[in-house]
Amino acid sequence: MIVATLKEIDEIRKMIDRYDSVLVVGCDSCVAECAAGGSRETMLLTAALKLSYLKDHKNPTITEAVLDRQCVDDFIDQIADQAPEHDAILSLGCGAGVQALARVYRDKPIIPALNTLFIGETVSRGVWQENCLGCGNCKLGYFGAVCPVTRCSKKLMNGPCGGSKGGRCEVNPEIACGWDMIIRRLDALGELDRLTEYVPPCDWSTSHSGGPRKVIREDQQP
Amino acid sequence: MKTESHLEKVLKAGQFAVTAECGPPKGSDVEALKEKGKSLLGVIDAVNVTDNQTAIVRMSSVAACSILKSIGHEPILQMVTRDRNRIALQSDIFGAYAMGIRNILCLTGDHQTFGNQKAAIGVFDLDSIQLLKTVKDMRDEEKIIGGESIQVAPRMFIGAAANPFADPVEWRVVRMAKKINAGADFIQTQCIFNMERFEKFMAQAIDMGLTEKTYILAGVTPFKSVGMAKYMADKVAGMDIPDELIRRMAGVPKDKQAEEGIRISVEFIQRFREMKGVSGIHLMAIEWEHKVPEILELAGLKSSRAN
Repeated sequence: MIVATLKEIDEIRKMIDRYDSVLVVGCDSCVAECAAGGSRETMLLTAALKLSYLKDHKNPTITEAVLDRQCVDDFIDQIADQAPEHDAILSLGCGAGVQALARVYRDKPIIPALNTLFIGETVSRGVWQENCLGCGNCKLGYFGAVCPVTRCSKKLMNGPCGGSKGGRCEVNPEIACGWDMIIRRLDALGELDRLTEYVPPCDWSTSHSGGPRKVIREDQQP
Repeated sequence: MKTESHLEKVLKAGQFAVTAECGPPKGSDVEALKEKGKSLLGVIDAVNVTDNQTAIVRMSSVAACSILKSIGHEPILQMVTRDRNRIALQSDIFGAYAMGIRNILCLTGDHQTFGNQKAAIGVFDLDSIQLLKTVKDMRDEEKIIGGESIQVAPRMFIGAAANPFADPVEWRVVRMAKKINAGADFIQTQCIFNMERFEKFMAQAIDMGLTEKTYILAGVTPFKSVGMAKYMADKVAGMDIPDELIRRMAGVPKDKQAEEGIRISVEFIQRFREMKGVSGIHLMAIEWEHKVPEILELAGLKSSRAN
């Protein structure tokens, strides 16, 4: 899933203060799972904004709506009636959701309420971990299903570096050393031999380094 | 001889090699760099020029190597993959060789969040082992990454770092072996303070036949004070400093601690000279370069290399 966090209300206010009416639009997919932009968070943000404006003796129109998915046109249509009635849309979607709304509602300013962070998993309640950088060339099969590109702070393919201490990364002891995890997992699986081979430089052209990526599937097109 | 490197010549002749680190200035102060360099002239075999060490912006290591070479040094160009992609790395290696630099130490580098540019992007297009292989292929195959051939190949004597004390410990010799297979002609280790563990590491390296394939230079860093020893023990990534050493530093009065730190280094150097598989030492006297001649003299290593 895409993991995101809510921006500070002051930053949001700076971007939307110029509008008289704002449609606050949540997304009930990834950002609901990470408790940043789902129905509940949309309701809370709307209330917080109203309160914040009230304190400043202002009373803009703030309406809330939630889409099942903010990155797919079929769902974006759900706000087709409400969007024209507002000066701007405040999106609690990820960066893709914000940009999809902007593509559909061409004449509306779309303002992000979230900081989109990473592709990750919910490892325990209230804890989300980044574990995929979307490099476009998955090598998890060689590394015991622990991604060196994502879980090693230096993207080492032939790691671990000299800063690994007690299973922790040199960058910050809060970060688990990706290579420590790789070695332990392959050891447990009896596949440590996978790590003695030299891993050549990655082809980053399949990642964002090759420019913004696009998947086109004719079999999926109408 | 694979290269025209003076360091290779020294090691091949079986002389106990001495390298020392010289950090470039934070700025373009050529005179300060030359001054630092002069204190090391005639007492070491080659000088390591650090590459924005601990991710702090300093004069480029290629430029500093060239300046140190101009006053008579044999530079070892330290190159990290943190700041340059493969285009810049290979280009700088061409340039360094063109300016007469014959040795390179291939590193990944400390993470950018350690330094004074914490908001920087970390490149890490290659890792240190991939850089080793790249430099080796440039020299031996006369090819760059991707297989295109080059005119006038840079014939570098190639080094790598090894840290016997990082975790997972059982993986350390395996990683050094990987570096040697990728192209490391010589190894400079992280500062050694835990002799017992280092001896075990060396025994393992000898068992695996690694000392037949490469030259290992043991890292030495003198403590200036007990404060520095404690700081390194607690804050510097990948260090193993036994309490006993910290107690020894704390046990002498403040004004004698620098002397004690040097005494410890000298004792270590003497043990390295006797240790099987160790081909030399690498002195990292951080902002204390001018003490290197004294340390080497006390260790009986100075006179043999006056040139």
